Parts: sequence; C-alpha cells; structure tokens
Amino acid sequence: MHLYPITAYHYLVLAAALFALGATGVMLRRNIIILFMSIELMLNAVNLNLVAFSRLNGHVVGQVFALFIVAVAAAEAVVGLGILLAFYRNKETLNIDEVNLLRG
Amino acid sequence: MLEAIAFYGLAALILGFGVMVITARSAVHSVVFLVLNFLAVAVVYVVLGAEFLAVIQVLVYAGGIVVLYLFVVMLVNQKRTPEAHHDPHRKTGLGIMLASAVLAEVTAIVVYTASAPSASPIPVSSPVVGGNTEQVGWLLYTDYLIAFEVASMLLLAAMVGAILFARRMD
Repeated sequence: MHLYPITAYHYLVLAAALFALGATGVMLRRNIIILFMSIELMLNAVNLNLVAFSRLNGHVVGQVFALFIVAVAAAEAVVGLGILLAFYRNKETLNIDEVNLLRG
Repeated sequence: MLEAIAFYGLAALILGFGVMVITARSAVHSVVFLVLNFLAVAVVYVVLGAEFLAVIQVLVYAGGIVVLYLFVVMLVNQKRTPEAHHDPHRKTGLGIMLASAVLAEVTAIVVYTASAPSASPIPVSSPVVGGNTEQVGWLLYTDYLIAFEVASMLLLAAMVGAILFARRMD
C-alpha cells in the first residue's frame, strides 16, 4: 500500500483507526454521555467503511445500508439518552461504575 | 493529487477531533468536537461521491443527534464529575488491555491488507443516469422497501420508548 494514489484501502484504514478510537473511549471513560459519543464514533467508522466499499464496487447499495445505520443510530441515541435521564433521576450520577442496580 | 491532499487533511481532522472527543474533560467540549468530527466525515462522504449520505449526516447527526446530546448534557446538572468517583471494583488495567487488544486486532487487519498485492486505484465510476440521490432513492423504494418500512417502525418504537423513559414516574 502506498501513500499515493488514494485507494479504498486508505479509507478502510481511516475507518479502522476511528473505530479503535471509539473502542478506546468506551473502555476508558467513566462518563456515560461520553461513552455514548464513543459509540457514535464507532458507528461512523462503520458507515465510512460501507461508503468506501460502495465506491470500490461502483454501486450505491452500501450507501443505502449506511442510511439504515444512521436511522438505527438515531433510535439508539434517543432510547439510550432516555434511559440515562431516568437513571440520573434515580441516582444523581453519570458514572458508569455506579450503574449496578441489576447486579446480583 | 487533489484527492490525496483532501484525504490526508480530512483524515487528520477526523482522527484529531476523535481524540479530542474521548479526552475532553467537560462533556460539553466533547459534544462540540463530536459535531466537528461528524462534519469532517460528511466531507469525506462528498469526496467519495455519496452526496445524499453527506447531507443526511449533517442533518441527522450534526443537526439532530448532537443537539439531543447537548440537551442531555445541559439537563443533568453535574455537581460532582463522574471521573472524581473511584470505584474499587473498576478494573482499569483490564480496560486498557481490552482496548489495546482491539487496537492490535485492527492493526493486524490493516497490515494484512497492506501486504496484499496493491489494489488498483478506485475506478472512476461510470457516468450513470440521475444523481446520487436519485440512485439511492430508487434502491430505497424498490429493492429495500420492506427494510425501509421496518426502519420507520423502529423509529416510531424508539420515539414511544423515549417518551416513556423520560416521563416522570409518579
């Protein structure tokens, strides 16, 4: 792989790096809101992959799939933030370590 | 040459803003960097020829989801920051180990694909009738109509669920 010209692999590497960043954020941060944002970063990396493949194959099916991922991400963010608000009302904290209501 | 300059500039922006998102101390700063990250990704979509998806990215992500995050950040009044609390059960070492495992896995995939016979440059897509939006819309309303309807039902269910969760339980 060379730095130039730009191939689809370059976009895949960029998406992989973005995904790794999101995974790092999920595992190392304690603020639930920032955890959600890291998940959004990972979803974006997946979308980037799909669009790069769509360009590689010269077909727009990948973009349609990415559209569905955007819809699912919106639903996930809405429900996740709703749960977060309900949790905050109960425990007055946003620390992921204190989310242990269901721990046996 | 132009695409190379655009790609490396945008890649630096995306990864830089991504690092800022996960390292920022305040959640509000994280949200702002997230918007910038999404906008840079939208520009990458334009470079890749997915104009419709780029518009959707700006409208739904940068315009909708991020505003939702901002609302939640403003709603929860953080008297003590979550990072101040230390849980004795928290296994930071395990977290770092898992994160580096993911990183190593991704790196292995990258190295593996890079060592493969070099790929030909992206073929210039043949000029098709209609723009990107028309193509995507055509596929969406013919081959993927059922998935489209299911997605709309999912959004409806998410809306009902969010209202139910956010309502004050008396």
